[in-house]
Amino acid sequence: MADVLLEGRDLTKHYPITKGLLQRIVGWVRAVDGISFTIERGKTLSLVGESGAGKTTTAKAVLLQEKLTSGTIFFEGKDLSHFSPSQLKTEYRPRLGSVQQNPWSSMDPRMKVRDIIAEPLVVNTKQTKQQIRSRVPELLEQVGLSAEHAENYPHEFSGGQRQRIAVARAMALNPSLVVLDEPVSALDVSIRAQIMNLLKDLQEQYNLSYLVIAHNLATVRYMSHTVAIMYLGQIMEYGEAEELFERPLHPYTKALISASLLTLPEDEDKGVKKIILSGEMPSPLNPPSGCRFHTRCTEAVPECGQTIPPLRDVGGGHKVACNKA
Amino acid sequence: MNKVLLRVEGLRTFFFTRKGVVKAVDGVSFYVREGETFGLVGESACGKTVTALSILRLLPEPAGQIVGGKIILDGTNLLELHKNEMRKYRGKVISMILQDPMTSLNPVYTVGDQIAESVRLHQGLHDEKVEEEVISALRLLKIPSPEVIMRDYPFQLSGGMRQRAVGAIAMSCHPRLLIADEPTTALDATIQAQYIALFKDIQKKTNVAIMFITHDFGVVANMCHRVGVMYAGKIIETATTREIFKAPKHPYTSALMNSVPRLDQKGERLYSIKGQPPSLRDLPPGCRFFPRCPVAEDICHQQEPSEVEISQGHFVSCWRVK
Amino acid sequence: MATTKVIDWDKVKSGTRQKRIFSNLTFIIPSAVLLFLILTAIFAPLLAPYPYDQISMPDRLMPPFFISGGTTAHLLGTDNIGRDVLSRVIYGAQISLSISLIVIAITSSIGTVVGIISGYTGGRTDAFLMRVTDISLAFPPILVALLLAATLGPGYWTVVLAISLLGWAPYARLIRGEALKLREADFVAQARIIGASPMRIMVRHIFPNIINPLIIMVTLSVGMVILTEAILSYLGAGIPPPAASWGNMVNDGRNLIDSAWWISFFPGLAIGFVVMAGNFLGDWLRDKLDPKLRQI
Repeated sequence: MADVLLEGRDLTKHYPITKGLLQRIVGWVRAVDGISFTIERGKTLSLVGESGAGKTTTAKAVLLQEKLTSGTIFFEGKDLSHFSPSQLKTEYRPRLGSVQQNPWSSMDPRMKVRDIIAEPLVVNTKQTKQQIRSRVPELLEQVGLSAEHAENYPHEFSGGQRQRIAVARAMALNPSLVVLDEPVSALDVSIRAQIMNLLKDLQEQYNLSYLVIAHNLATVRYMSHTVAIMYLGQIMEYGEAEELFERPLHPYTKALISASLLTLPEDEDKGVKKIILSGEMPSPLNPPSGCRFHTRCTEAVPECGQTIPPLRDVGGGHKVACNKA
Repeated sequence: MNKVLLRVEGLRTFFFTRKGVVKAVDGVSFYVREGETFGLVGESACGKTVTALSILRLLPEPAGQIVGGKIILDGTNLLELHKNEMRKYRGKVISMILQDPMTSLNPVYTVGDQIAESVRLHQGLHDEKVEEEVISALRLLKIPSPEVIMRDYPFQLSGGMRQRAVGAIAMSCHPRLLIADEPTTALDATIQAQYIALFKDIQKKTNVAIMFITHDFGVVANMCHRVGVMYAGKIIETATTREIFKAPKHPYTSALMNSVPRLDQKGERLYSIKGQPPSLRDLPPGCRFFPRCPVAEDICHQQEPSEVEISQGHFVSCWRVK
Repeated sequence: MATTKVIDWDKVKSGTRQKRIFSNLTFIIPSAVLLFLILTAIFAPLLAPYPYDQISMPDRLMPPFFISGGTTAHLLGTDNIGRDVLSRVIYGAQISLSISLIVIAITSSIGTVVGIISGYTGGRTDAFLMRVTDISLAFPPILVALLLAATLGPGYWTVVLAISLLGWAPYARLIRGEALKLREADFVAQARIIGASPMRIMVRHIFPNIINPLIIMVTLSVGMVILTEAILSYLGAGIPPPAASWGNMVNDGRNLIDSAWWISFFPGLAIGFVVMAGNFLGDWLRDKLDPKLRQI
């Protein structure tokens, strides 16, 4: 039986649009619309999708930065909505870590590295300054930096080094789950590998679970055990990374893979065709009826525009929401 | 074989700062043919954008100066032109697209007005003719309902549409050379695929030569006929796209390719290049990649390697390659 | 391959050096002026040749030493009851600069606190605080000060209260804008994720990052406050005699401008120097502290 650390069940987040003096609600932005997933201990789940798919909103909900409209998050089997604010503060928050996309803006430029890394400890534990200060060198060394760097300011470091500092900060509380929002996309190509390898090493060493938000499929394949492909707030396909990339079932997944593959001129000669989708992702204010992807789908049939296909398990935990699969 | 439109020879562009001279581009040579796309690949601060700005002579002065080399466009050395003559080239003969469409477009003018500005400046046409050109530019970029879109403001368009609007401005005066600086980096994967397909189509229609700057090898594979790999201000390898993927010769090129995860390959441990790119202010002697090179030898530390043509059209600057 | 352009290195380098020297001068000169005036204020009793309230009717209305009729005993002349102008200008520095400092301390503190809370917290708190700020900004400051002086009677602390009462509002406005920007910053979101309380975020993250615009505003305020005090004194609502403030000295000499111009002129000049120095310094700081460059 899989050891599930965190489970999201039918998570939904709708933002109201108001108009007029009396602020009447005239519509809803359906940022996240009924998604479910599980994150196992020591494993990585990636939420993949293009901008507007709802992945960041989901991550924010897990980090308690967004209130869900409906749906439940279970942490170690317990329903988070039953946690009192102080329980959340002592039993949930300290188990989380967060790494953001932009290493240039995610750290207070006025604080020394040592204070940046120590802050989660200062806010969440009652440890003394001494105890906290002594943790900082080990955290720095863990991410491949040296203890002397603690006295410097963020702007004295390169992008890759800053992201390492961000990882050190995320690790400060010995979390069980780290949420990473596009952890390498702002970094130089040759630095990405360094950070991805670091993350994988830390995962193995500390049995960490990762929730990764990403749009680059190759990065996702390298880092993940489980993948959820999102489109307009819903999950189109879900499953083990290897299975999903070897045997994609959803037309959107296939299009994403096609767009991400390196097709060399000789492949074109061989007749390998790229799937080019027409149009762009519609606005979450007014999603298409039925299957949200049907307006751009190359394999759509009339019924796709009428009913939303449910996420069906086609075997071995591989789930897909498509009428044709 | 199409004829060569742009030939850059030994370009050197330096920045003179309080803390020293930054040798941003130090002896770069390449050529771009009509109807062909040349990719300039490298990581940040390798000099690719400075190369593009040098071609357009739009460097920030007085710090940035072109100190040597030739930039020959269809027989004319652009570096010998007077400032006013050079201005006539920009937008009309050479056009540029930048990465962020939001800052490339003026938020207070409609898309149509912005395209029209370029058309009026370079072609001196009357109003109805101008409108025709605007619509034809929008059509070239496959923007639907051009008559409607031209009256829209940038904020009313989606990201992909904005990038196409920027493309329309760039192509409106039928340039012979288009320089695109990371135009797809901010786009989603499926939109990126659309965009690349679109530009390949445009190139077929107009025979424009494209210099495509990117750090993404996937884009290179899709878009470019030939590639130049830049590192620390120099082009260390040049070859056709086929060649560079089949047989990369420079250690940096192969290291870079091995450090990028491929969707079609299972997760073997990625190779990560140790260290960081050097500061362009105090460069060590010898090959610039020496401190990070996995196969460096003694001579690499002492002397900079010169460029060698190891097979037709395939140039490498490395002591290990004879 | 021959080079195509001959670059005149020396010209390029000297051009940037000239710019740098100019930039340094616009910092050094105003700072020197302000420093000089501060030192004068501190060491006034040692520097002033005479006490500020020493009346000497035989010596009244003497012109400065460089005009015929003047003596070196009274370098800048005397006023209509024989008090030495130079000494009074020196002592005047004490009053003018001390009022300036106190008022700025009070207004910047209140304004910063209001601005940060308003900008970061948002919602109803922000709306309420901004309405209070708007009301403050709507009142004409001089009129209010006059009213206060009339009610409380003129005096040092009346002047301080009068200027401070409305002086915090521009700070609140400015700081609120900065706090609003910072509220959306990634590192602030990170602090929230970690579970930091709003108070901690405001003190540890927002405040240190608004110091730059705050310093600029403070520097630009120095001149403003001194000018306001001078206006109040000129209107009779400022520092009462026999104390010497630059403002009431200008007032004293008002009716004698055509005959004994020096009584108003030298204190007026002092006011001018401080205001200019403050403005130049503030402008220099604003340029230097451009967010794209380094910070203090």
